[in-house]
Amino acid sequence: MNFWRAIVLAALAATAPALLAGEIPPDARRSGYSFMGPDTRAMQDDDSSNPGMLFVLDGEALWTKKAGSAHKACADCHGDARSSMKGIAARYPAFDKALARPVTLDQRINLCRANHQQAAPLPYESRDVLALSAFVAHQSRGVAITAGDDPQLKPFVEQGRNLFMQREGQLNLACTNCHDDNFEKRLAGSPITQAQPTGYPLYRLEWQTLGSLERRLRSCMTGVRAQAYDYGAPELVALELYLMSRARGMPMETPAVRP
Amino acid sequence: MAALINVPAKAKRGDIIEIRTLTSHIMETGFRHTVDGALVPRDIITSFTCRYNGTEIFRADLFPAIAANPYLSFFTVARESGKFEFEWIGDNGYSSTASASITVE
Repeated sequence: MNFWRAIVLAALAATAPALLAGEIPPDARRSGYSFMGPDTRAMQDDDSSNPGMLFVLDGEALWTKKAGSAHKACADCHGDARSSMKGIAARYPAFDKALARPVTLDQRINLCRANHQQAAPLPYESRDVLALSAFVAHQSRGVAITAGDDPQLKPFVEQGRNLFMQREGQLNLACTNCHDDNFEKRLAGSPITQAQPTGYPLYRLEWQTLGSLERRLRSCMTGVRAQAYDYGAPELVALELYLMSRARGMPMETPAVRP
Repeated sequence: MAALINVPAKAKRGDIIEIRTLTSHIMETGFRHTVDGALVPRDIITSFTCRYNGTEIFRADLFPAIAANPYLSFFTVARESGKFEFEWIGDNGYSSTASASITVE
């Protein structure tokens, strides 16, 4: 009898950490903004000191600039971005029917360039693609995130969730080990956040430039000594989609500033 | 290049006003190397000037230790209505200008 009780207790003790680990309740979710110091918050809050706004200005110029052999600008189809692009970034990555998979905002911009402007694709993380996506996402500032609501996206959200929970790299860490279980603690002096992707593309002071969520994910993967997926890889898009659906209902902040 | 200028649109004569400027620039230090060992040449803004109705009121020299997209803020006294002109000069013949108007009552 005592023997069996001991086994049950041992089994409970062994599974307890697994039970404690888990997703953040909706009302406990916090933007990376709330983990920053007052100086960095002030930098983000004031549009005349937020360096991300320089990219938004560049994006606004690119929006009306004709490109490709079709000699069309974004504005020729989409009109005034302030109305036509409001809330769009809040539901990306979105399902693309022709490709039968989700695409990110950057990929959507390049699909538009290929299909409608007959222009060469902009390389990932190039200034122009970041400027355009910052300009488009800026129109959704304050809009609640709804990415992942499309039922067709369900398997991809699930794939992203599995990747988020999967240990990888020489340090054998999953995203969840830091961002669900240990946020608010510190890693090498920096606060560990909840990984809520509310402000992408965002200006990181460490990068001294704007960067996409994919760049951020790749740096995390390098950080745990894993082989990072290539830009545009379906795994990165799935992770991005899961993170956005995990932040469902949180307001967009693009362009955010982060240390 | 894109620049963000913050000058109050209106001020009372004699008021001390804050001017804030932010401009796009990579501010490449000239101390970094590429993966194959070649030195990345220096490319920075070296000088910033602000003129108030033609008179220089503020000037700054910039150096390699200054971060990308330099932000400068300074104060002046609102004397008369008119125009502030800003100029950034840098390596490789870089030059960029911007302006902002003020009404002084």
